[in-house]
Amino acid sequence: MSILELRGSAVKVAFTVNGRPVELEVDPRATLLDTLRDTLGLTGTKKGCDHGQCGACTVHVDGRRVNSCLSFAAMHEGSTIDTIEGLGTPENLHPIQAAFLERDGFQCGYCTPGQIMSAVALLTEPCGQTDADVAECMSGNICRCGAYQNIVAAIQSVRKARG
Amino acid sequence: MNAFTFSRARSVADALGHWHDNVRFLAGGTTLIDLMKLNVERPAEIIDINALPLAEVTRTPDGGLSIGALARNSDVAHHPDVVHDYPLLSQALRSGASVQLRNMASTGGNLLQRTRCVYFRDPAMACNKRSPGSGCAAIGGFNRNLAILGTSAHCIATNPSDQNVALTALEATIHLTGSNGERSVPIGDFYLVPGETPERETVLGPGELVTSVTLPPPAAGARSIYLKLRDRASYEFALASAAVVATVRDGTMQRVRIAMGGIATKPWRNLDVEMALQGQPATRERFTEAARILLSDAKPQSENGFKVELAKRCLVHALSLATTAV
Repeated sequence: MSILELRGSAVKVAFTVNGRPVELEVDPRATLLDTLRDTLGLTGTKKGCDHGQCGACTVHVDGRRVNSCLSFAAMHEGSTIDTIEGLGTPENLHPIQAAFLERDGFQCGYCTPGQIMSAVALLTEPCGQTDADVAECMSGNICRCGAYQNIVAAIQSVRKARG
Repeated sequence: MNAFTFSRARSVADALGHWHDNVRFLAGGTTLIDLMKLNVERPAEIIDINALPLAEVTRTPDGGLSIGALARNSDVAHHPDVVHDYPLLSQALRSGASVQLRNMASTGGNLLQRTRCVYFRDPAMACNKRSPGSGCAAIGGFNRNLAILGTSAHCIATNPSDQNVALTALEATIHLTGSNGERSVPIGDFYLVPGETPERETVLGPGELVTSVTLPPPAAGARSIYLKLRDRASYEFALASAAVVATVRDGTMQRVRIAMGGIATKPWRNLDVEMALQGQPATRERFTEAARILLSDAKPQSENGFKVELAKRCLVHALSLATTAV
């Protein structure tokens, strides 16, 4: 494909969201975050700072957690994107979701989708065993209510259960 | 954010062929998109280079390491060859930003990371780096986290990267390609001090693209450390950091490489400091003398005088850690 074919005010992009193929024509300025929320109606992913500092917008792209606010949707041709909506259902929670409920890992809940998406990714990342290691690996997710202790406890309970 | 056209490059030649003055190459996006939202960067055209085959980390024939410009910070930080042979680089990368940002940020993008000076990031304020000739609001302003070495009357902005401090101590080489062909630049020659042209931060020419970074073979028997001091324990830029690679034999320092971060306008290396240590006993007295030499030219601003002592202690402690057998 020639680079010239893609020039223009709108950009075509096709990717998969929570297992569903999506084809869109997006303004090149549209972030992945705004596209998920405003175009696809997936409002579980939250906008906090919109500058990659708070982690509320954390989603998985090709299995890795990223800040969706610092990425243009147009960059994700062929990507596999997973959001909080694809993780579990009220009847069938992901173990991390269940652990956040069990351990009271939130207060107002605004940062929680990002916290949970980070926590799920952490389970398969190189992260040390201690609570301090988990806190370090979760430092990209800010919680203004200060539920950090219970968030770490929730993550550790899942890691211990998995051995 | 201003309107721009977006295109995807399928090859390096594709990307270079479409260069003009108001194009930006887009890799991880963690700096560029952030600055576009602030209207600090206003490109007419974005060329997405993420599909280019520049993400490999491979050994070089001489036993060194080649890191592709699109290798993500997290991939480099956890690469077995980096962890084993260049732990300094792994430590520096893991000390920067958050896991999410490290999953996005590229090696080449990190090389070109822009300053966190609050006046650079705010188009309403005077900044010679963003808008040449407009002045420097940081001088006499909020400059607690800004530079004390390599500054000028026009700019005191700090280079914020951790990666680049480690790469400087490791004597990395940066490989570039452009319409005039390929060239390689030692990292010590890559960054510019602001002088009268703070808008020029590196020797990267118009339309040139970083393709890879190479590291020389690891120095036999060397120990290393990246020590980062900051206002909070994680997810914060350095107030002062030290990257040290040292070889010690029978208590004598044979070969020492030092780069400092968080205190200067570019990753800071001072050969006089290394010369003052090589051939000398690895003692606190010598470390303190080296720190004195390092900071002898320091020019503190109104709010960052504390960095002179902080940087000295940072270097002394890093040298202690790197030269003490465990």
